[in-house]
Amino acid sequence: MEYFVQQLINGVTLGAIYGLIAIGYTMVYGIIGMINFAHGEIFMISSFIALIALMVLGLFGITWVPLALLITMIATMVLTSIYGWTLERVAYRPLRGSPRLAALITAIGMSIFLQNYVQLLQGARVKPMQPLFTGGIEIMRRGDFTVLVSYLQIFIWVLTVALMVAFTLVITRTALGRAQRACEQDRGMAGLIGINVDRTISLTFVMGASLGSVAGLIFLLNYGVIDFYIGFLAGMKAFTAAVLGGIGSLPGAMLGGLLIGLIEAFWSGYFTVEYKDVAAFSILVLVLIFRPTGLLGKPDIEKV
Amino acid sequence: MSAARQSVAVDAPLLNVEHLTMRFGGLVAIDDVSFEAAEKQITAIIGPNGAGKTTVFNCLTGFYKPTVGRLALNHPTAGTFLLEQMEGFRIPGKAGVARTFQNIRLFGAMSVLENLIVAQHNKLMHASAFTFGGLLGLPRYRHAEAKAVDLARYWLDRVGLTGRADWDAANLPYGDQRRLEIARAMCTQPVLLCLDEPAAGLNPRESADLNQLLTYIRDEHRIGLLLIEHDMNVVMGISDHIVVLDYGRKISDGSPEQVRNDPTVIRAYLGEEEDEELPPEVAADLAANRD
Repeated sequence: MEYFVQQLINGVTLGAIYGLIAIGYTMVYGIIGMINFAHGEIFMISSFIALIALMVLGLFGITWVPLALLITMIATMVLTSIYGWTLERVAYRPLRGSPRLAALITAIGMSIFLQNYVQLLQGARVKPMQPLFTGGIEIMRRGDFTVLVSYLQIFIWVLTVALMVAFTLVITRTALGRAQRACEQDRGMAGLIGINVDRTISLTFVMGASLGSVAGLIFLLNYGVIDFYIGFLAGMKAFTAAVLGGIGSLPGAMLGGLLIGLIEAFWSGYFTVEYKDVAAFSILVLVLIFRPTGLLGKPDIEKV
Repeated sequence: MSAARQSVAVDAPLLNVEHLTMRFGGLVAIDDVSFEAAEKQITAIIGPNGAGKTTVFNCLTGFYKPTVGRLALNHPTAGTFLLEQMEGFRIPGKAGVARTFQNIRLFGAMSVLENLIVAQHNKLMHASAFTFGGLLGLPRYRHAEAKAVDLARYWLDRVGLTGRADWDAANLPYGDQRRLEIARAMCTQPVLLCLDEPAAGLNPRESADLNQLLTYIRDEHRIGLLLIEHDMNVVMGISDHIVVLDYGRKISDGSPEQVRNDPTVIRAYLGEEEDEELPPEVAADLAANRD
């Protein structure tokens, strides 16, 4: 029981990271029907930005954790958003209206480009970081085994929930969210009622990137080591999460992320760590066989 | 788009289409068509299938860039806009041209009310300080949103959909969807409303309601309406001015009375009526030969 609870806690934390990245995939897919395979790289870049920001702050002697974290988070979100915006502007907008395959291949190309760009700039070796948070709350104990919720995990949950709430409010309540939903349904018509479609798409990339950037920061804090290659696997997992939840559906992305995180944590807790990716992707295969639109996705109804 | 904006000449018509030509490769869809549409008037564009009516709309709303021609919209307050030079999405916002489609294009997964509010996007986006204000619920945004809802409610009342404001637009019956499209277009607060076959698929009662709605918009909102329609009851009943196209050319232009009696129009719709149209000497000749 105690072991189960501990894995649950770990799984939810992992799920938060995947969920935040998955939102970026699902939003972009929703609005322009394209899988932005470079999104995992955006996540990777953001964790580098976060690391550099923390170092620089340390250099200036800002070591009080809440302040350092706040500044780092804002800096990471802003800089990563610029990456996201530039990516769309440079690589995807010129291809608007071209076949989907062209955009998809460009996305893969951008992903490889960004990986190598970081490798060249930051080197191929893993970058370690001193843990910022230590300690936690003990919630259960049996014999030698204690179930621990670290302060870091609590921070991650609170931050993720807050971001997802804010994000949901943007989508459902604000003019921007309404415009995004309109573009998702009929881009041509959205233009005809005066919505600047290109700008709405740019802002979608910015939103996706800024949520992904928080995932990057969380990843850095949680694992303490990053390298130029983390974006690939995390991106694949998050993409899986988005598909699992139903691509194009925002609650689906959050749910999918959580599920993938839990599956991974339980699998590595009860079976073998080596095969945790196999477990996550197998579940994806099963879901797609029995529910091709994902858990919360709506089936496409062809109008006659 | 300051390049596309000029000051308004006095007494200029609301819309002035001059020498509009649209070619697709070798196909000439519209061939040198000029016409005007005035404020507070319903101008109908009619013609047989394939005459180029919808193409005219597509040029006006920025879907197509005309091959040749000048489309001047004289906005009563904002000046003159040359629509052929404007980016598509600026035409509704800046120049105030709104449009509905032959096939309904509502945002089906949004509620009826939201369809009307999203049409007021630019005002709201501005008031929300690009989203952050909206997220924090700043008074300025809340005020703007309340105003947007007021306008939406006004049009819901007008088209009789207040009771269904929370429905998903896709679930509305066909006739309601048609009226909602007009309401949505009106929520962009246009000066020129382009309606592409609004009466298509409506039953006679709905069609009569539509006539009432369109004349209401013309009389109370004092904007120009441009109407493509096949239903001659609608066209003859409410139009102030009719432009007839055939094979991309303008063949007639005038009041409903003039157009109805114009032989070229009758010919375009019904084909040649050979016996009656023959000059007398030819007819006499024919008669002589028959004997």
